[in-house]
Amino acid sequence: MQNYDLIVVGGGPAGLAAAIEAKKNDVDSILIIERDREVGGILQQCIHNGFGLHIFKEQLTGPEYAERFIEEAKSMNIDYVVDTMVLDVTPEKVVHVINPKTGYQTFQAKAVIMAMGCRERTRGAINIPGYRPSGVYSAGTAQRYTNMEGFMPGKKVFILGSGDIGLIMARRMVLEGAEVLGVAELMPFSGGLKRNIVQCLDDYNIPLLLSHTIIKIEGKDRLEKVIVAQVDENFRPIPGTEKEYEVDTLLLSVGLIPENELSKKAGIKLNPVTSGPFVNESMETSVEGIFACGNVVHVHDLVDFVTQESRRAGLNAAKYIKNEKATEGKIVEANTGFGITYVVPSKILVDNVEDELVMFMRVNNVYSNMRLEVKSGDTVIKSIKRRHLAPGEMEQVKLKPSDLAKAEGELVFSIVGEDA
Amino acid sequence: MADNKVELVCIACPVGCLMEVEQNGDEFIVTGNACKRGPEYAKAELTHPTRTLCTTVAIKNGFLNRVPVFTEDEIPKGLIFEAMDEINKIVVEAPVKVRQIVIENLLGTGINVVTTRSMSKKNS
Ligand SMILES: Cc1cc2nc3c(=O)[nH]c(=O)nc-3n(C[C@H](O)[C@H](O)[C@H](O)COP(=O)(O)OP(=O)(O)OC[C@H]3O[C@@H](n4cnc5c(N)ncnc54)[C@H](O)[C@@H]3O)c2cc1C
Ligand code: SF4
Repeated sequence: MQNYDLIVVGGGPAGLAAAIEAKKNDVDSILIIERDREVGGILQQCIHNGFGLHIFKEQLTGPEYAERFIEEAKSMNIDYVVDTMVLDVTPEKVVHVINPKTGYQTFQAKAVIMAMGCRERTRGAINIPGYRPSGVYSAGTAQRYTNMEGFMPGKKVFILGSGDIGLIMARRMVLEGAEVLGVAELMPFSGGLKRNIVQCLDDYNIPLLLSHTIIKIEGKDRLEKVIVAQVDENFRPIPGTEKEYEVDTLLLSVGLIPENELSKKAGIKLNPVTSGPFVNESMETSVEGIFACGNVVHVHDLVDFVTQESRRAGLNAAKYIKNEKATEGKIVEANTGFGITYVVPSKILVDNVEDELVMFMRVNNVYSNMRLEVKSGDTVIKSIKRRHLAPGEMEQVKLKPSDLAKAEGELVFSIVGEDA
Repeated sequence: MADNKVELVCIACPVGCLMEVEQNGDEFIVTGNACKRGPEYAKAELTHPTRTLCTTVAIKNGFLNRVPVFTEDEIPKGLIFEAMDEINKIVVEAPVKVRQIVIENLLGTGINVVTTRSMSKKNS
């Protein structure tokens, strides 16, 4: 069995950034394990620009953003393998892998970083009655076909779900000569970034039908028709609002879910709200020495935040390997109050926070002119004005050691009225 | 006089600030932007809208079948489909480097179309 100080599972932007940061902090023996044919993760199929504004101060496409990290990892001589699937990670940090050429192998690591990203929810997760004709794809699959294989999934398209991938694919299909008849969203608001609604739908006059869903699909071999209806507050279709669209392709963009089969098998505790591991200030999971970062922890919309969080995981894995982390001391729990769905991290060992800790969270609805408040008992630790809050846009709050010094027991993150 | 106020989402970065823009002759009064690029975007959008075009071109003997490209700068919004027609005529040959020019001076805009990743040959 080969030994490594650090094994990183997944070679997407999270895994790459974590490995680079660990290397910068003097961990020499690192292996990144990637199951796909190349590293770079989901970014390799995201050919639109908008990546990297915070980190590189320019708008890169996904592949170029990935390439910068891949080049940096190469120049630092960080080892990686592709076409290699991690099958199992044990709590003792034995990593089992399989590769079509080299077969089955195991590695022993001192620390492991889980960076497997997320997968798309598919039609199984949502229930549309009707046959199962061809022509129904997840938006991400269609993206991969179109942008990497050069294969267009269809000519007349309808999209269910207004997440970013769906919006991006609406524009992409139009540019490649298809007709996109509409995007239906179950919720009364879109889960995608506003900028994507403007430049992917509005620019091309693609209607966004809020509070609408598909109630039926028709077609035996190939999709022929989708039937769309408006829904009421309880998401039940309203009779009489049905509309038919003749299409040969339906793209599903109904959400992403962190990929945590491996984490479950490793005995890592998962947060039912995010479907990702509970992590502490160091991005360490409930299993000591196993860290997690990126979309495997919670679904991010901006890769720069993935990078930021992953650097923290890499740095702390390095400290763990070098035995430099505090293991005891004051612990503060991060909990959710009104309007907040989740907060990452969920536990803070205060002594491990050096200059600043970024807390990531999502809100449960659209709000305007409110405050994001952080309280411990009756003490208000932070109160930040926000003009606009939406579930599709991740919020962050930066906590300084001086803020954490004021906290006792728990921190509650909530939304409060402007001058309540 | 009609009200010259419009709401506009800034798309200059993923933050997507919701701005209010008041046009007063040649002057644009912008509120709601979180940074100075907001007003620049608002003025451009209301006078001559432009977009960066991101797409792919075919690649021969490449590791993948398509290589991603984009217009190095924004082009007039009205030229997008014509630009797609031009770009779709191109076939490049592997290997390519990142930011390699595939079309110079696209449709007389002075803007080049370049690759946004490097790509090796198949199985090399
Ligand atoms: C369609 C789409 C559009 C986006 N648009 C934007 C945008 O405009 N701007 C922006 O900033 N961000 C955007 N994002 C977000 C950003 O791309 C992601 O947040 C980021 O890629 C997440 O990085 P990651 O490394 O966590 O996951 P991924 O990129 O998914 O990487 C995970 C890697 O782990 C590998 N893996 C998984 N399981 C195993 C296993 N068992 N063994 C070995 N390897 C494994 C996978 O193959 C993959 O390569 C977009 C995301 C998507 C999906
Ligand atoms: S105003 Fe600035 S921060 Fe806001 S969306 Fe535009 S570029 Fe981004």
